[in-house]
Amino acid sequence: MAKGIKNEVAIIGVGCTTFGELWDKDASDLMVDAFQEALQDAGIEKKDIDAAWFGTCFDEVNVGKSALSLTKTLKLPFIPATRVENFCASGTESFRGACYAVASGACDIALAMGVEKLKDTGYGGLPDFGNLLGSQNRAIFANLTAPGGFAMLATAYFDKYGLSPEEGKLALAHISSKSHHNGTLSPKAHLKSEVSIEKIMNAPIIAWPLGLFDCCGVSDGAACAIVCRADKAKDFRKDPVYVKGLQIAVTSGEEMAYQKWDGTHVMPTYRAGCAAFKEAGIANPREEISMMEVHDCFSITELSTYEDLQISPRGKAVHDIEAGFFDLDGQIPCQTDGGLKCFGHPIGASGLRMIYEEYKQLQGKAGERQIEDPRIGLTHNLGGFPCMSVVSVALFGNTL
Amino acid sequence: MVGITSYGAYIPWYRMNRTVIFEQLGWFNPANASVARGEKAVANYDEDSITMAVAAALDCLGEKSRGSVDGLYLGSTSLPFAQRQNAAVVSTGLDLPSGMRTADFGGSTKAGTSALLAALDAARGGGKTIACASENRLAKPGSSQEHTYGDGAAAFLTGDEDVLAQFKGSFSVSSDFIDFRRTQEEKFSHGWEERWIRDGGYSRIIPEAVSGLLDRYTLKITDFAKIILACPAAGAMKGLIKTIGASPEQMQDTMIAQVGDTGAALPLMMLAAALEDAKAGDKILVVSYGSGSDALWFEVTNEIAKAQKSNRKGISGHLAERNDLSVYAKYLVFRHLIPLEVGIRGEEISPTAMSALGRDGNAISALVGSRCRACGTPQYPKQRICVNPDCGAVDDMEDYRFSDKVGTLVSYTGDNLAFSWDPPQIYGLVDFENGGRILLDLTDCSLDSVKVKMPVTMSFRRKYADPQRGYYGYFWKAVPVK
Repeated sequence: MAKGIKNEVAIIGVGCTTFGELWDKDASDLMVDAFQEALQDAGIEKKDIDAAWFGTCFDEVNVGKSALSLTKTLKLPFIPATRVENFCASGTESFRGACYAVASGACDIALAMGVEKLKDTGYGGLPDFGNLLGSQNRAIFANLTAPGGFAMLATAYFDKYGLSPEEGKLALAHISSKSHHNGTLSPKAHLKSEVSIEKIMNAPIIAWPLGLFDCCGVSDGAACAIVCRADKAKDFRKDPVYVKGLQIAVTSGEEMAYQKWDGTHVMPTYRAGCAAFKEAGIANPREEISMMEVHDCFSITELSTYEDLQISPRGKAVHDIEAGFFDLDGQIPCQTDGGLKCFGHPIGASGLRMIYEEYKQLQGKAGERQIEDPRIGLTHNLGGFPCMSVVSVALFGNTL
Repeated sequence: MVGITSYGAYIPWYRMNRTVIFEQLGWFNPANASVARGEKAVANYDEDSITMAVAAALDCLGEKSRGSVDGLYLGSTSLPFAQRQNAAVVSTGLDLPSGMRTADFGGSTKAGTSALLAALDAARGGGKTIACASENRLAKPGSSQEHTYGDGAAAFLTGDEDVLAQFKGSFSVSSDFIDFRRTQEEKFSHGWEERWIRDGGYSRIIPEAVSGLLDRYTLKITDFAKIILACPAAGAMKGLIKTIGASPEQMQDTMIAQVGDTGAALPLMMLAAALEDAKAGDKILVVSYGSGSDALWFEVTNEIAKAQKSNRKGISGHLAERNDLSVYAKYLVFRHLIPLEVGIRGEEISPTAMSALGRDGNAISALVGSRCRACGTPQYPKQRICVNPDCGAVDDMEDYRFSDKVGTLVSYTGDNLAFSWDPPQIYGLVDFENGGRILLDLTDCSLDSVKVKMPVTMSFRRKYADPQRGYYGYFWKAVPVK
């Protein structure tokens, strides 16, 4: 039985750019900014890095294929570097590569970098998927966009739990409103404005029943993390953050083709959550987790994630949402930095941006949005659509 | 005995009152007031003469075995492809066997009866052929044809078993009468003066075909219970009835007021309508028009009663299902008659791999997936390893057709971000009776009418167009059961 990597790997430095519509910066500018911050944070030099993993999704409009753009931009000196892509989990996937390299003993120090330059595509929202899902995508796949794919989650959820569209949208509006508030306390966030429940409820529909404010920002940005073996971490800093669990679950295709999944949740989130909790030795997530950064690409994703991660019982997330359980002053603050919703969502960078936030919170360095005495932080990425997805769940702690 | 063994029809869901057109362009051509009456059937943005032919043929085939069909003929003047046989697209959409004779008939509004005659000729040699006629003609904005043209299709199965209308004989006239003409390069037809077409065309050529048939078989016009004259011009019709010596009660309605002039499909749609009301022993005369005329004589048999009891929609069923198209600009957009700002999502079309299409065979064209022999789970697209997590059998699959199965909606959305010619793009996850699940676009519905658990049936549609590379991609969509 594999023992996992709990307490084997520590994060000793992180970097994250401001996210947003950065018309004056390209992907290489963003990578340099994030990397310099992380080097400084870790107190190491570039030559100390043994290997690098690079997460980016839309290579066609972004930085091209392979890890070349990472190594050429940062002038990494002929070290092993690997580009990984796993939809919106690409950032966490790069982090996993770095952690496994360190945990295995193959490297002492490894870098995980994620970047996405989405605002050179000419699209509002994500670019057209083209053949992203294979060459037969256009021929047989529904004419799907990201908001539409996730809107179906809301339709099924509302139907199953007997919520009228107004009742369902009200709960979702609370989610978005909370993240907007947190975004105002997050200097590097893309969107930094309070938005009222009323404005959210009355926004134009993007994909029924989701409106404009149910959708996250489409942003440019980069984030990175530097990891080393846990037993060496204190050589670099007094407050490293330890990896407690790191799991990815990818669908077998069952949801799309087999009549079992009911369309109201995300199977890989549940499975990745179970695996990560097991790896980290967490028996009761609702009691043991201090805070979360979940993949709130759409408000309904956040709602269903509460249930798939066993924080809220099935069908009861609305109750927790309305009780303020996930607000900044709630029992498990969620999206303390504004989340994808307001910090923004440069795909390849998002997983590492979440890690950046959990790291800062666990060190007590999250400024105005700092929560009280966090012990365990969780990050969650969901790539693809609820009906076929790639999900990562990672857990972090500030003690061994 | 050879003849028709089944019949079916299709009329698109959208109907446009002709005053909608006249209100927009009557100022330009006030004479169109005379044709701005009644309504016309308008193909949805994802329909064309291929998709409507598939729909009519499915209505015709019903529960009949597809494996025994050995021919498909398609008549139309508005076929989408100049090269890539349209009849072959229809045939593969229907999942008919490859051992087939297929052919397109075009060039004239007589093409529908040409296809039917060819199918009946094949029946004499023991063939079981589907003859379809389908039309989705473009008319210039402001023309009288824009008012009169309508979209629709009909299909007949011909053979020598279970004949419901015996084919007794025919007489054809060929004439290079240049009423309307169009070259390969052109989108719209040119017509000569309507009064000349009335006098020198309909009023002269149709009687020539009728009298040719009556003379050949020593028949009297009064022998016929129903007479189908595919003459869309109401002005010519009155005189024609008189000329051929028929009485108004014998005449089959042209449906111009409800559907419009469906060109090559008109005589076949009228025949389908006539068969819905026919009784054994009825003699039916079908007369087409266009570069001449075909006159066909049928006699209805005792088999008709059984056929009329089947659950086909036919003409009457489709006439009863309608939805107002009250916005003229929407019609112009559906037919690509005005340039629309489609945005970057509408402009981006990635190339279609013809080799991959070929490899997938009937998976795309006929929505054929696989069913696991070990656990019985139907699945789409075709899989080699069973999707049932408790099974996982490898290479133990048989083909399984979803296009004739009923499904229910698990979930859905109306997507305003996706590019569609008729936003929002509605799609949903569909669970099929007896298993299987596919994520499909929905069509012929409005978002507020769609509900979870709603039953849907499959419809063959044009999924996308790649004009730069001369390609239309066809696939199946879900249509809520009305």
